[in-house]
Amino acid sequence: MTILLTLTVLALISIAIWQITKIFELSQPKKENTQVADDDDNRWNGQLMFAFLIFIYGITLFSFWKWGDVLLPGASSEHGMEYDNLMWISFAIIFFVQTITQALLHYFAYKYRGEKGKKALFYADNDRLEAIWTIIPVIALAGLILYGLYTWTDIMTVEENEDALIVELYAQQFNWKARYAGDDGVLGDANVRFLQDFDGKNLVGIDATDPNGFDDVVVQELHLPTGREVIFKMRSQDVLHSAYMPHFRAQMNCVPGMITEFAFTPTVTTEEMRQTADVKAKVKKINTIRRENSKELIAKGEEALEPYIFDYLLLCNKICGASHYNMQMKIIVETPEEFEKWMTDQQTFAEVIQ
Amino acid sequence: MSTAAAQVHEGEDHGHHHKETFITKYVFSQDHKMISKQYLITGLFMGIIGIAMSLLFRLQLAWPEQPMGIMSALLGKWAPDGVMDPNVYLALVTIHGTIMVFFVLTAGLSGTFSNLLIPLQIGARDMASGLLNMISYWLFFLSSVIMVASLFVEAGPAAAGWTIYPPLSALPQAQPGSGLGMTLWLVSMAIFIASSLLGSLNYIVTVLNLRTKGMTMSRLPLTIWAFFITAVIGVVSFPVLLSAALLLIMDRSFGTSFFLSDIFIQGEVLHYQGGSPVLYEHLFWFLGHPEVYIVLLPALGITSEIIATNARKPIFGYRAMVASILAIAFLSTIVWGHHMFISGMNPFLGSVFTFTTLLIAIPSAVKAFNYITTLWKGNLQLNPAMLFSIGLVSTFISGGLTGIILGDSTLDINVHDTYFVVAHFHLVMGISALYGLFAGVYHWFPKMFKRMMNKNLGYLHFWVTAICAYGVFFPMHFIGMAGLPRRYYTNTAFPYFDDLANINVVITVFALVAGAAQLVFLYNFIHSIFYGKPAEQNPWKSNTLEWTAPIEHIHGNWEGKIPEVHRWAYDYSKPGHEEDFVPQHIPLKKGEEELQH
Repeated sequence: MTILLTLTVLALISIAIWQITKIFELSQPKKENTQVADDDDNRWNGQLMFAFLIFIYGITLFSFWKWGDVLLPGASSEHGMEYDNLMWISFAIIFFVQTITQALLHYFAYKYRGEKGKKALFYADNDRLEAIWTIIPVIALAGLILYGLYTWTDIMTVEENEDALIVELYAQQFNWKARYAGDDGVLGDANVRFLQDFDGKNLVGIDATDPNGFDDVVVQELHLPTGREVIFKMRSQDVLHSAYMPHFRAQMNCVPGMITEFAFTPTVTTEEMRQTADVKAKVKKINTIRRENSKELIAKGEEALEPYIFDYLLLCNKICGASHYNMQMKIIVETPEEFEKWMTDQQTFAEVIQ
Repeated sequence: MSTAAAQVHEGEDHGHHHKETFITKYVFSQDHKMISKQYLITGLFMGIIGIAMSLLFRLQLAWPEQPMGIMSALLGKWAPDGVMDPNVYLALVTIHGTIMVFFVLTAGLSGTFSNLLIPLQIGARDMASGLLNMISYWLFFLSSVIMVASLFVEAGPAAAGWTIYPPLSALPQAQPGSGLGMTLWLVSMAIFIASSLLGSLNYIVTVLNLRTKGMTMSRLPLTIWAFFITAVIGVVSFPVLLSAALLLIMDRSFGTSFFLSDIFIQGEVLHYQGGSPVLYEHLFWFLGHPEVYIVLLPALGITSEIIATNARKPIFGYRAMVASILAIAFLSTIVWGHHMFISGMNPFLGSVFTFTTLLIAIPSAVKAFNYITTLWKGNLQLNPAMLFSIGLVSTFISGGLTGIILGDSTLDINVHDTYFVVAHFHLVMGISALYGLFAGVYHWFPKMFKRMMNKNLGYLHFWVTAICAYGVFFPMHFIGMAGLPRRYYTNTAFPYFDDLANINVVITVFALVAGAAQLVFLYNFIHSIFYGKPAEQNPWKSNTLEWTAPIEHIHGNWEGKIPEVHRWAYDYSKPGHEEDFVPQHIPLKKGEEELQH
């Protein structure tokens, strides 16, 4: 019944729009309507072009004013600052170009709107002008390319560092696991063929014949110490996933059959991050929204939403199936001491399979 | 009609006269004008499906998991209690992307206007091969039928994203859409590619061989340059997608391991060994990126023509416009890796692709500035076609600029696959190309259907669409920069994103209004085919050859001889002429110099 009703409503809406457009068309004065733009059309559309320019500026300013706070959450990794600098420089250039070109485009559309009897300027070429607007982008882009490549090399070069913490991120439909290399600092060999060993306790398929694997630690919640480089080795057991950690400006795909890499150094602990003004404001805003939504839920007899507390996130950012939207892991950044303490509480692979 | 057709054949030794039946005239026609209309109408039909799908998933994103009657009405068992199933959400975004990119903006745009304009603007009686042209359309039709049929498969259509990356697309265990739905998707695309190749070869051969006397390459209208180069890119890159599709079919159905290795799914280790999904990504994007320009270049060509005609000015920097089309076409084939910066590909390759990608900004900037200069001191006739063309330049700039961020491998790390990307490519290729399509339809409607469209409805259509396009995609940059991944069924699983919910509502409202505005266009289009004002021969006072052909469509395009060309297509408002346009077939006056362009 609801189906029938919705379809009827849809049909009626379509008919209504059809009829409105027909009325709109019929209400046009029956002057010489050749469907070619006349001076009147040129005038009001030219004016609208100018208004549209204001609209573009307006929606830009409005969005920044209203939603500016959601842009790029505060960076929490060493290369994050570098990343953000490059981003804001690129943005500055983009906004400059956008403001000027849109102004010229729409202003000309308004200024040079057609009038009967007027003749346009026959102006087909100007090599000098074209050279100028070829060379200016060349220079701007050369700068951006060099800066970008410098940063890229810096971020992507994973140096073999004695101190570095080696962590494997293991993706599967639809959850994450993390494996720490243990005291020896070497991850044991692993393959999906070993997943069914030990009654399914071998969560990431560690090869039990490789002694390096016995001290490995597999967990469901990612803990990271500050001030120490973390080298991530990504694996996936089924389809493509992508390990996306927006606060750390970090992302790398997890590809079945190969190991991919990404490294960064966390700088701000979860606790410190919770105390920053930006995060406090965000949490407050979100909790206001959640309280509002809870009222509706309670009215419907459902449970209220839990208040939100800030945590770093690892999200899946490559389409991977039905629950792609909910494939997440909490990341806890803590001081090296807290991290070591947490680590000693975890079970090694050898302990798990006993 | 028949007398006119007979006259053609008297004038030229053109074989004997065929008696046309309904079937040969309207269905299996080999006439490029009819084929062009077939492409347009099929493309619009697919467009309605594609846009309707986007509205459905926008509803889900704005009001996640709230029961809606329209969901159960349209999706039936896939929306139990009026709430869309997550798999169906993924299927909708997948098929929306596929349909809009390939069926609407490749076949519907390029197929329609290449077919209509190549013979008419270069002065040819028809395409080089009418038969291949007809086969090309019917293959497209067949692939459309298969794609639409896949929507009615029990387990649902393909749902792995329009890029159908394996292993998700290869394993029916990974998601229901990767069963029969994916098979149909692949078959449909294989046929589509065959259709596209036949079409492209035909366009290339026709442009190279069938130009009328005097129509040198440097006198070609920019539309033809754009269609020609588009066809070349298509011939170079589409076969690679075909190979990717064939290898994927092998992996899916015959147990090979081109793209698959070390997989454990649903409690079972699969036998695949040694393949790599990254290989598929390379093959896919080797087409996938040029595809962006296959979609965009025809729109830019159409815009060049319409802006010059309606500014009553020569297009500024004709040579630079041609050069930038060539540069974009060349660069487009060596930038595919910018879709794969974080795919696990060697970071050094990322550096190379960053370099080539950002270079594209240079010819693009030249094009944008040349359009703007063409408007300068013009006598702008702001009809709907012109408005859509100016709108195209606006969205092309807005969307193109964010490409500088995404093309930079460093910056891509954090915005890759977020809504920032969605906003970027929808503006720069989706909306821009769609505007190109609309501009083309408003401009060449009189040529196609011998009647005029209603301009006031056209204005209504443009202004509502223009405002909504920015209303939808501008805020989308923000939720992307906030870190929200695309292809999420809902954001409610992350309280962290709760403050983005109201932005999603704003976007959806704009999208719904934009969708309604397209009904105005649809009404105008269908109504005008039957009841529009009869068109004059050259309503826009344009220079190109198609407007010298009689209003009534005749087989062979011109009665008697094909007009000879004496000048380029952009002698608008040329000093020394009384009218503000001088069509290409008018000989130079005594002492008049042809512009050294």
